Amino acid sequence: MTRYLLKSILQIVPVLFIISMLVFVLVRATGDPVALMLPESATEQDRIEMTEALGLNEPLYVQYGIFISNAIRGDFGISYHYGQQALPLVLERLPASIELAVVSMVISTLIAIPLGILSALKRNSYLDLIISGISVLGKAMPNFWVGIMLILFFSVMLGMFPVSGRGGLENMVLPAFTLGVGLAAQMTRMIRSTMLEILNQDYIRTARSKGIIEAIVVGKHAFRNGLISVVTIMSLQFTSLISGTLITETVFAWPGLGQLLVAAVNNKDMAIIQAAVLIIALLVIVINILTDVVYRLLDPRIKYN
Amino acid sequence: MTSSLLEVKQLKTIFSSENGDVPAVNDISFTVNPGETVAIVGESGCGKSATSLSIMGLITDPGKVIAGEVLFEGSDLLSLSKKKLNRYRGNKMSMIFQEPMTSLNPVFTIGNQISEVIRKHQRVDKETAIKKSIEMLERVGISNASKVIKQFPHQLSGGMRQRVMIAIALACMPKLLIADEPTTALDVTIQAQILDLIKHLSEQQNTGVLLITHDLGVVAEMADRVIVMYAGEIVEETTVAELFDNPKHPYTMGLLGSTPRLEVEQEMLEAIPGVVPDLTEMPSGCPFHPRCKYAIEACKLEKPALIEDFPDHFARCIRAKEGL
Repeated sequence: MTRYLLKSILQIVPVLFIISMLVFVLVRATGDPVALMLPESATEQDRIEMTEALGLNEPLYVQYGIFISNAIRGDFGISYHYGQQALPLVLERLPASIELAVVSMVISTLIAIPLGILSALKRNSYLDLIISGISVLGKAMPNFWVGIMLILFFSVMLGMFPVSGRGGLENMVLPAFTLGVGLAAQMTRMIRSTMLEILNQDYIRTARSKGIIEAIVVGKHAFRNGLISVVTIMSLQFTSLISGTLITETVFAWPGLGQLLVAAVNNKDMAIIQAAVLIIALLVIVINILTDVVYRLLDPRIKYN
Repeated sequence: MTSSLLEVKQLKTIFSSENGDVPAVNDISFTVNPGETVAIVGESGCGKSATSLSIMGLITDPGKVIAGEVLFEGSDLLSLSKKKLNRYRGNKMSMIFQEPMTSLNPVFTIGNQISEVIRKHQRVDKETAIKKSIEMLERVGISNASKVIKQFPHQLSGGMRQRVMIAIALACMPKLLIADEPTTALDVTIQAQILDLIKHLSEQQNTGVLLITHDLGVVAEMADRVIVMYAGEIVEETTVAELFDNPKHPYTMGLLGSTPRLEVEQEMLEAIPGVVPDLTEMPSGCPFHPRCKYAIEACKLEKPALIEDFPDHFARCIRAKEGL
């Protein structure tokens, strides 16, 4: 286990290097920031001066060398748009993103686990049909629409929660629900099918033959085996939440990473894009390692060499 | 009140399918006395396992027990609430399954899985339960029990896992042990050991055993009485010696004929022609007649009853008396 962890942590370095190269090249391949930064009236001379001032006239490998040696020291360059260091701008947004991701995950898990187990236990009953119907609906409703509807109902009509922005817990409720509902729909269906498969296993029959109550058969013997799938989907959902909640962030004016990153792409703000992508990549890698550790704890058959 | 341990009366279990309800167990009656070993034999799909699962209350959707009684020491298990049934299961009666590789929960230790049943039925604390689990493992012939107790199923061989299953089944000293093909998935050498173990422990505790098998060798080795099942019904029932010496039903004869024997020189083994009928499309009359070499016209018309043609020897064949 310790060896596996050490190895995984060591692997982070080359992975981040490769990602940094990819981002670096792709950002430069998609357009010239100078053209965006200068007014339309700028002359060719202005353009050349600006390019030189930003160091964009150097060959790509030289630019990359400068970038990476600075990045290792935590300097991802100055954002063209904000005129500030890029990394602090990104890190400043990170707590908002993680906060939203964690709360939506908690909401979705709290909804999905009981509903998923229930619909597996009551397979093909009306209850199962209703739960399946709701989860299809939850999956089919686009985030922006759910968000706007929640705002209309709970903020505008009932005035229960703030319309937008980040602040206390009350600001968190609507955006987290907007995200959580979609995730819960997906997770419910997954837990249902996992539990259905597990409930047919021989060891469930053995557990029942021991005379233990059904709640323990399902809660201990079956669900413990289903947790692996739950953790898998939670990990996948969490990694996509960290970077990809742009629509919800926009609807609720939530100051997360998604908004910052998309704005940076529109502005060709290289420093921010590079810093944000690398930070997100690092988070994804860490989450994956943690997921593997949890797998090991949940299933004794999994061994890492 | 009856003195028998288990009395199954007119048990009927169906499985719902797209082609209608399939009677997997059709009007089965038999008894098991304390300390007695009763074997149920038959081909795959004849309803042996469905019978044992019905007794344990383990038939799950789309299956359903629709009629009959399962009297355990006089009380009908089928009419008990789940809560009351659970006082019997794992305690007074328990079951060993065919597949040791998949019958243990992969994510819990052996100790957890044995002590769970002990703690459920005997009000003891965790440490006592673990101590008892180690004792049980030693009784089923696992030498390094205190190490095995901390291991997970995947770290054990099939034979070891079946020993663990036996330890779980016998942990609360049940009066009835149902063993559903306990050795089918195991190597031949291990098979003999496991059978010896079941025999030895059941004799020690005076446990009644209901042994489900398709292997007549196992029957000869273990059983006092034998029930032969075909297509969900009992076709013959008698003592083990009588069955091997004097089979009355052509199906039993076929089963015996298709088993190799050491003392008789045979060029070819006999086989029973055809296959077990589809339970949704049962033939008219005697269900075995399409495969029976002794079948006559009358066999196609009416279903024979299970009749005691000879003392303590029941057969479901209209020609049983003719000495086929």
